[in-house]
Amino acid sequence: MVDATIDTRSPAKAARKSSGLKRIFQRKSSIAFFMALPLILLIAILVVYPAFYSVHLATLNKSMKRFVGFGNFLFLFKRETFWMVVQQSCVFAITAVIFKAIIGFIVAHFVHNIPAKGQRKWRGMLLVPWVIPPAMSTLAWLWLFDPSYSAFNWILAHFGIGPIPWTGDGNWARFSVILVNIWIGSPFFMIMYLASLKSVPEQLYEAAAIDGANWWQRIWYVTLPMMRNIIAITALFSLIVTFANFDIVQILTAGGPIDKTHVFATWAFRLGIQGNDIPLGASVSLFMVPILAVAAIFILRDINRRGNEAA
Amino acid sequence: MTTISVSNPNQALSRPKYGSMSRDRRWALRWSYFFLTLFAIFFLCPPIYMLITSLKTSAEISAATNPWWVFNPTLSNYIELLTTPSYLTFFRNSAIVSIFVVTITMLISVPAAFALARMRFWGSATLATGVFLTYLIPDTLLFIPLFKMFAVFHDWTGIQLINRWYVLLLVYPTLTVPFCTWIMIGYFASIPKELDEAALMDGANYRQILMKIFIPVALPGLIAATIFAFTVSWAQFLYPLAFTTSVDQLVLPVGIITTLIKGDVFNWGQIMTGALLGAAPPLIIYAFLMDYYIAGLTAGATKG
Repeated sequence: MVDATIDTRSPAKAARKSSGLKRIFQRKSSIAFFMALPLILLIAILVVYPAFYSVHLATLNKSMKRFVGFGNFLFLFKRETFWMVVQQSCVFAITAVIFKAIIGFIVAHFVHNIPAKGQRKWRGMLLVPWVIPPAMSTLAWLWLFDPSYSAFNWILAHFGIGPIPWTGDGNWARFSVILVNIWIGSPFFMIMYLASLKSVPEQLYEAAAIDGANWWQRIWYVTLPMMRNIIAITALFSLIVTFANFDIVQILTAGGPIDKTHVFATWAFRLGIQGNDIPLGASVSLFMVPILAVAAIFILRDINRRGNEAA
Repeated sequence: MTTISVSNPNQALSRPKYGSMSRDRRWALRWSYFFLTLFAIFFLCPPIYMLITSLKTSAEISAATNPWWVFNPTLSNYIELLTTPSYLTFFRNSAIVSIFVVTITMLISVPAAFALARMRFWGSATLATGVFLTYLIPDTLLFIPLFKMFAVFHDWTGIQLINRWYVLLLVYPTLTVPFCTWIMIGYFASIPKELDEAALMDGANYRQILMKIFIPVALPGLIAATIFAFTVSWAQFLYPLAFTTSVDQLVLPVGIITTLIKGDVFNWGQIMTGALLGAAPPLIIYAFLMDYYIAGLTAGATKG
């Protein structure tokens, strides 16, 4: 599509004096602009404007009447809870993404191993967690973690393992939140890796087998390098989604016990919407921007590079 | 690891050429099935437990019996829930919102994707990148400024948006449109240029090219985008939680969580039934259109 457009444009540039051609070109571009106008308006009014408005809000005091500059940020820096939230958000996102990537990779490998006929069925089953709305499946997890009727504890009791306070104790609650996140997210990795595994040429494995590579070497020297791009981009995508996650924490623990599982999103919700301190909530959510921006830059670079390779 | 140890002693046996290979494969296969079963149990455990609980009476749920088995299956939870007006309201709200959002999304993103993929205009390349970046901006970053924006909007115009279900029609497209536009750009760009050149020669205008060539040819992409838009708007939780509070304005996920959980009394049979019924529409779509679903899923990150 790129070459084709350049083709039409360069003669138009060359023959700039011929006004007929220019008019056609202009008409085409204005039609195109009007077709994209709803999209532009939507992004401008409901995404770009709120994003900047949020920066403005973050500089106001609680009643939103007075400008306080960095006051909200300085206030946050002094609160211990804030640093706990920063730490939890990072640990939460990084741990979850790593485990999602590993589990996704392993499962994709096993699915790829079995005969093509059965793959569809397994793939269909293993993708179910991704299809169920997270709010609904987290409810099921909440019920599985129930303090008095936990079905997991019922099983564990048979092995003599005492009742585990899945959402009651700070560290166990953190573990539970990450576990649910892994459960919801790893099918996405599985699907992405499976698609990319299928694109690794079979000859490479044959060549490796002839060279006497074992199972592990085949993965390390053939599969992983071939999939490097897709692994990176999937992990970055997932990092963004996991870092900004709200549903799981809100439903499972609502940030408790004693703020031990709050992440940026849930804490911003608690302060901004439930606590009615919109500027403080906006300040908290703005702290997500640096990590999101870094991930976005890497994704964009990767996509641009691949776009250039394709052209 | 197993493969190597098994293959070496086997090499001298009857079928010299492929014997070791097939033996290898068989073991790899057994391991694969074993681990896949383990993972399937892990992945399917919560939805199955939802189903189990939804078939139990409250008495059985609180009894100290095996929680993984239904001793007296009953449909009373389903009957009770489907005759509760508020639950039906949530379901209706969810359905209306999702259908409207899907329509709005398609009306915005298909023409825009066509323009961005085929017709260049000033800033179109930047816009395409911008669309992708917008897709990366999470809802958790925007809900507070949007909340305040709608409050200010009410002060200016007197139109109340907070706590009305139709506010969701404004905010959901910010989540669906960028992604749908992005994957439609990918699908449209893969259509051979000769196709629309031929149509242009025959005197077709852009609307005809879009309606008669691009949409039919890119139909799989369109279906994938539609499914995505529906799934996202059906599952969205943060925006309705922040923007709607009255029982008659809630959508399904928020409705279940705020009304079925009454104080500290958890009626788990009904909660699980509600959640399962709420998860049913996406699951049904997925069961029938799995390939489109997966195509949409992978297109987001691989098309570029």
